[in-house]
Amino acid sequence: MIKPGQTVAMNVAEAVLDYPVISAPFGKALVEVGKQRPEVLGLTADLGKYTDILPFAAAFPERYFNVGMAEQNLIGIAAGLARTGFVPFCTTYCVFATRRAYDFIAIGCALSRTNVKILAGLPGLTTGYGATHQGIEDLALMRSIPGLTVIDPCDATELMQAVHAIADYDGPVYMRLPRGQVPVVLNPQTYQFKINRAQRLRSGDDVGIISTGMMTTRALEAAQKLSDQGIHATVLHVPTLQPLDTDAICELAASVKLLVSVENHVVSGGLGSAVADLIVSEQTGNRLIKIGIPNQFIECGSLPFLQSKYGLTTENIVSKVKAALDGSSR
Amino acid sequence: MTTHTTTSEMDIKHLRQMAKKLRRHMLTMAAGKGQGYIGQGLGIADILAALYFGEMKYDAQNPDWEDRDRFVLSTGHYSIGLWAALAEAGFFPLEELSTYGADESRLEMSALDSAPGVEMTGGSLGHGLGQGVGMALGLRLQKKASRVFVELSDGELQEGSTWEAAMSASHFKLDQLIAIVDCNGIQADGPIVLNIEPVADKWKSFGWETTEIDGNDMTQIVAALKSARFKDGKPKAIIARTIPGKGVPSIENCEKAHFLNTSHVDWNRALEELELQND
Repeated sequence: MIKPGQTVAMNVAEAVLDYPVISAPFGKALVEVGKQRPEVLGLTADLGKYTDILPFAAAFPERYFNVGMAEQNLIGIAAGLARTGFVPFCTTYCVFATRRAYDFIAIGCALSRTNVKILAGLPGLTTGYGATHQGIEDLALMRSIPGLTVIDPCDATELMQAVHAIADYDGPVYMRLPRGQVPVVLNPQTYQFKINRAQRLRSGDDVGIISTGMMTTRALEAAQKLSDQGIHATVLHVPTLQPLDTDAICELAASVKLLVSVENHVVSGGLGSAVADLIVSEQTGNRLIKIGIPNQFIECGSLPFLQSKYGLTTENIVSKVKAALDGSSR
Repeated sequence: MTTHTTTSEMDIKHLRQMAKKLRRHMLTMAAGKGQGYIGQGLGIADILAALYFGEMKYDAQNPDWEDRDRFVLSTGHYSIGLWAALAEAGFFPLEELSTYGADESRLEMSALDSAPGVEMTGGSLGHGLGQGVGMALGLRLQKKASRVFVELSDGELQEGSTWEAAMSASHFKLDQLIAIVDCNGIQADGPIVLNIEPVADKWKSFGWETTEIDGNDMTQIVAALKSARFKDGKPKAIIARTIPGKGVPSIENCEKAHFLNTSHVDWNRALEELELQND
């Protein structure tokens, strides 16, 4: 447990890394996509440097547009470009895309079915910059928009594959964007991202952990620790929150009593809520423990401190699972 | 490249007659529905006629023709005017106008892009100009000569996103983008509730080539659209002062012109008043 005062808020690495990393995987993947598809464009709202899109700008300067600090216009322009046959990839931060430009995404992208891809940096607690920059409720906002595909990738492997997949997909997409030194957790030789497919990364009969985004890494670590203690967990990674792979979740629900949702997002409105909706409507009878950020704005601080304080840790998943199992017969 | 012919007096007269035809359709539609944004529709009838039957190139049989000019109706609730123009232009049968605002009609009270000829879904105000910027950028990347005409309203100038878009259009030197700002002086709560003047100076200061006209004077409209063809690296703004309800005196003078229903209008009388107007 990291205590206040041990780390300095703004000068630590954005994540504690026990994995190999790829630098700016989004930019690398978008350059590859750009080579294959001349209709792919790059747009940003004064956050090119901070959203890893500059490799694309360097490779295709005539296909890159910086619209300044104007997120509504970013999405509006993207919708217009999509209308003329282009596939714009827009980058900004989660908070600005969703809180500022919501109407433009709902109407100009989703209702209008335009082929706009929104890549949103600093998801959940991946910045210590405080409440203005922490996109902790973006998934709730985005998955309530009909027709918008919503993705929270786990790592560099999945992000890079997803960039190709969403370029191939004809429709609006909101995807969280891990940036900078992004860990490689999923094996790029064997893992295959598909929109609308949840992936069972590990199997066990005692508990079903349903996770998304970077918390899948912690879920896998927790499952290993639980296994060392004789508790066997399935880890179902759900990168796409909308449309939800309901079959995969129901299949898991039928095989275990206890479900645990884990996400880098407030516990209301995100993956945990989606699972809760599903198991109630399908009357699966499972118990569900939701792990995520509490419903409150988060302060400024170092990431290890904040993630520890608000429960986005391997240890928290382990202890919550054990407590739940101790309180019931397995 | 399309070659534009010189506008003669004959053409002006024809466009005036088309505007009257559009007004007739609108009144019939509003009468059928018993309500509608008829004031705004009547107000921009002349501009719509000049665009659809003079200035713009399009193929009503092939609405997705890549080389077409685009018309973006940012004020989706002006749809009553757009439906009249699109039907008269041949995008769908004139008889369909009678379904305006009816259950399951594609001619909704606010225009959706699912109807033929509608380039974007307007109505949530402040969206049209930004999308127009994107379209103009895209057309330039494709090296197309097509132009983008965006209609927006004076009330819409209160939306910050309009100015984000205005700033970006001049930054990107989009001279094939033409904003037609319908200044009819009304908005939902009545006469313009927050001062937006001086409108033309604002557009000029944002780097737009700007002209101000009487938006119900066909000669001035045609001349402004003609001068907006100029390729000078600047987007064009036409500030069109219009009169809501234009062509029907009893509606022109109606204080509730933003949204009218049958309790305020005698539709038969309105049609008679329209027919009495000179072309």
